[in-house]
Amino acid sequence: MTEGAPDLVRICREARIVSETHDESAEDALPAVLTLPLDAWHREHGARMVEFAGYMMPVQYEGIIAEHLWTRENAGLFDVSHMGQLVVSVEGDDQSAVEAALEALLPADLSILKVGRIRYSLLLDEHGGILDDLMVTRWKNGFFVVVNGATKWDDIAHLRENLPDDITLTHRDEHGLLALQGPKAAKALSSLGLTPVLDGGEPVEELSFMQAGIYSWNGIELGVSRSGYSGEDGYEISVPYEGIVDFATALAAHEDVKPIGLGARDSLRLEAGLPLYGHDLSPETDPVSANLTFALSKRRREQGGFMGSDHVLQALADGPATLRIGLKLDGRQAAREGAEVYAGDVKVGTVCSGGFAPSLGHPIAMAYVDAAHTADGTALFIDVRGKKLPATVVSMPFHPTRYYRKGAPK
Amino acid sequence: MTRYFTKEHEWIDVDGNDATVGITDFAQNSLGDITFVELPESGRAVTAGEAVAVVESVKAASDVYAPVAGTITEGNTALDGEPELVNTAAETDGWLFKLTLADGADLSDLMDEAAYKAYIAEL
Repeated sequence: MTEGAPDLVRICREARIVSETHDESAEDALPAVLTLPLDAWHREHGARMVEFAGYMMPVQYEGIIAEHLWTRENAGLFDVSHMGQLVVSVEGDDQSAVEAALEALLPADLSILKVGRIRYSLLLDEHGGILDDLMVTRWKNGFFVVVNGATKWDDIAHLRENLPDDITLTHRDEHGLLALQGPKAAKALSSLGLTPVLDGGEPVEELSFMQAGIYSWNGIELGVSRSGYSGEDGYEISVPYEGIVDFATALAAHEDVKPIGLGARDSLRLEAGLPLYGHDLSPETDPVSANLTFALSKRRREQGGFMGSDHVLQALADGPATLRIGLKLDGRQAAREGAEVYAGDVKVGTVCSGGFAPSLGHPIAMAYVDAAHTADGTALFIDVRGKKLPATVVSMPFHPTRYYRKGAPK
Repeated sequence: MTRYFTKEHEWIDVDGNDATVGITDFAQNSLGDITFVELPESGRAVTAGEAVAVVESVKAASDVYAPVAGTITEGNTALDGEPELVNTAAETDGWLFKLTLADGADLSDLMDEAAYKAYIAEL
């Protein structure tokens, strides 16, 4: 059985179409696919471009494995400008109304989130289903929220519908987002000489994991977060469109930095055990089944009061029926999204993400599995094209994460 | 020996009744880093257009079809330990399988190299 495998004809056609120099007539034929400010820059740097979340995005440059390994050892520059950058605010310094309004929609405790600090959180529906995962940062004059590209329009509609009328939602759609990830990211970014804009602002290399600052560089203002989605130390940097080509060029000129495509971003985040919305998270999953209970802040568990909280707190009390877990496969054959997971002859789950792990040298997968079969070390099978591949439940991350926590022992 | 190509991006060397099949350099380049190849078992009878092998890259798995009808005689076991041979030597050492042509196997739909080059130039 080879059902589900895309054939070479399609892969070749896609690779061919998108590797050609961008041509305006092709754009006319595909009005739904948008280009971002670094489009030409990526092509000049040898990127193979594909359509993703409605945009043409670089999927790879020299090759996914080489780019993946480069990021683990040096620093990779990722264009994630398709993601949604939102500001939720009211006029003035008192943002308590915004804090309350966002807490009605997110399970995070924003009352203890200090200025310049970041939380991972989830946008939930009335049933506790996950509408999106996001990063929220508190600034003095509002909250900065970064959401996924493919879901941003739905998120904006959800927020507009559910935020009180006196709260302003701004889509920062003239800012791109770059991620600089890897053990040499701090050295490379600090070499550009970014100047802290805010009083008491620290140099970028002094930011701790999940801390952010505002900086100026070459006359443009950058929002710099020490965060990312590779499992490595690094930054996500919000850059105004007018300066993004210069900024990307300056970063890529550093000897430790190479541009990296979305293909390696996917393999890096998979090794780091980080879920990808639309694959590992969906409205059919909730924070408990998705194994994201760390995103349910203590006070919010006690008090509830967020959309879907009745369902989520019930699931927390009952324990999950199915759970997102990690699986390690023997051999080299990968199990991919949709593959069925078995305990003996009984189907107990489905793979949501999977592939070959370049830093580990074997395939790994994430799967939703019946809770009874999720203990570390449980031996399961994954059906891949009629073949039952042995797989073992392992804890995530698959590859150790290396975030920078100030003061923590190295 | 004559080399033919298919629209599905396989190449096939035909020498009398014996044939060797692989994917083209164009195809491996489109796939990217190959991490695993699933090969057909010897003795399996296949029809033209039947999916018989799978080439996996980091991002996807792709079917490879039998260009002609026949019986599989050998899979390239070198690919078990070194699937990246399909990237580095797609049209030589990175061959996938050999087969014996079935009686009356039809080669008329296959392209020669010039026709294949023209075909991929049009994609």
